Amino acid sequence: MSNAIEVEGLTKEFDGVVAVDHVSFSISQGEVFGFLGPNGAGKTTTIKMLCTILNPSSGSARVCGYDIVKEKDKVRECIGIVFQDPTIDTFLTGRENLDFHARMYRLDKKTREKRITEVLELLDLKGQENKKIGDCSGGTQRRFEVARGFLNRPQVLFLDEPTLGLDVWARRSLWQYIKRINEQEGTTIILTTHYIEEADYLCHRVAIIDQGRIVAMDMPQELKRATGLNLISLQIAQEGTDNVVALLRQLRWVRHLEVKDNTLKLTTDNAEERIAELIDFIDSHKIAVSSIKLHQPPLEDAFLHFTGKAIREEEGSLQELFRAWMIRSRGRR
Amino acid sequence: MQRGRFAHIIDPLPIYTMWLREMKRFLRVKARVVGSLLMPFFFLAFLGLPMSFMPTREIPGMPPGANFLDFVAPGIVGMTLLFAGTMSGTSVLWDKEFGFLKEVLVAPVSRFSIILGRSLGGMTTAIIQALIIVAIAAAMGVTLSSPSGLLLSLVFMILTCATFTGLGLIIATKLGNIEGFMAIMNLIIFPIFLLSGAFFPVQAMPSWLRYMMCLNPLTYGVDGLRGTLVNMAAFPLWLDFTVLLVFFAASTTLGAYFFAKMEAD
Repeated sequence: MSNAIEVEGLTKEFDGVVAVDHVSFSISQGEVFGFLGPNGAGKTTTIKMLCTILNPSSGSARVCGYDIVKEKDKVRECIGIVFQDPTIDTFLTGRENLDFHARMYRLDKKTREKRITEVLELLDLKGQENKKIGDCSGGTQRRFEVARGFLNRPQVLFLDEPTLGLDVWARRSLWQYIKRINEQEGTTIILTTHYIEEADYLCHRVAIIDQGRIVAMDMPQELKRATGLNLISLQIAQEGTDNVVALLRQLRWVRHLEVKDNTLKLTTDNAEERIAELIDFIDSHKIAVSSIKLHQPPLEDAFLHFTGKAIREEEGSLQELFRAWMIRSRGRR
Repeated sequence: MQRGRFAHIIDPLPIYTMWLREMKRFLRVKARVVGSLLMPFFFLAFLGLPMSFMPTREIPGMPPGANFLDFVAPGIVGMTLLFAGTMSGTSVLWDKEFGFLKEVLVAPVSRFSIILGRSLGGMTTAIIQALIIVAIAAAMGVTLSSPSGLLLSLVFMILTCATFTGLGLIIATKLGNIEGFMAIMNLIIFPIFLLSGAFFPVQAMPSWLRYMMCLNPLTYGVDGLRGTLVNMAAFPLWLDFTVLLVFFAASTTLGAYFFAKMEAD
């Protein structure tokens, strides 16, 4: 068994609204795979089907080699999940939460103690386990949820919007722990996010999902390359950039030009070849340049390229917002 | 797994775990326990007690010279069970949709057992509350019949509470959102409470009202409690027990059925 997850034509309809539309993909063991898409794109619905709490309308999927409809219990034994909305019991302490979860997996007292110690260490939660969850910070609560998801040593760990609502610091620290779980324990991780930098930083592969369909799926750097665009930044060593800007505007291959202090940013296709041209141009016009750098475009550009829209929630059309709302309220029942 | 089909559905370990968890939560949130006892306490102290100072009159269904507080106390116990039971039933669903129960349902154990354990936990806390009300009533001067009567009253407490836990589950599965919940509570729960004979004897009512009361499960719960706790029942105990048992079977089966149906996808 080389693939942790295999999905074939997975579809989910809620009263005529297609939330997930014939999605097919496979994820190999030890991979960190991300679903990137706006709200209501079908990310959470896909995760729910894969972790057996929602039956697909059609299509099939296997998790750890087991069918998600016919072998639910087998699938459940080998997965862990952290839901989008917090599901940790705020009236209990961290340790009690973990202990109750472990009991559901029929672990005996000794094993429970051992596992809890292990996950507390893995997520640096030692010393906080006897505090009531309600008294912990948002980031710590989330870390306890991840710890709980990992308690049964799942082969596959699902994280649905793991850092939603966390501040930047808590988000960055949680990323480190997610990386650690993947690297130290070899756990396959499937996460959904609408934070571009999260997908870029954590995922080996990213599927861009829009309106229930996967519109692109590749490594983040390949997705960026596929946009065909690059960024060249030039640092000008001489006084005044106005005439340089005017000169550069003559170049037909410069798609976009941005000026900030002494730095000029050019957007172009085929940057490797263009850079040679640029050096000739600079030379012949006697422009003093202190550095030239070639950048990859941000993943945001790739997202824009594939979906034709920015990922920010407020950019969605009214129709899309309605669709997202429909799916959320139906999916709940 | 070599366990049989039945063993798979009724699985003691998750039932016990969920029950234990409910107990822990109950004991942890003291403010909530006190809060849930306040309303029945007010009814006892500010309705039952003042009424007992009114000049005694011949009321059909009340033994001559009977204290009104004695009469009303089992009704308040029934009310406690009604509210706590319905709340426990509905909260099973909310927890499944939005709370910690959701996470438990991804574990490889029988879902029915999880729900059963959670409901049993809710019922246990409801019955503990009811027993505290009995104790408060006794402290206020209600003369309890006998220790064996008290033991027998537990049977009625369990049946009443389970019936309304089932009803709570039915309401929650059929309603599906929290917003309408309070309206439904007022629309269903209050008529059940007020028309249960908690405050007045069934025998003293005109026949149309008596018929309505006879359709109400809580009437039999309250009457059973009245029979066992203070010896003032309107119906024979076996009748209370049998009718309540039927209501209990119907509401829990229907509740479990709706829940399972909603579960499908």
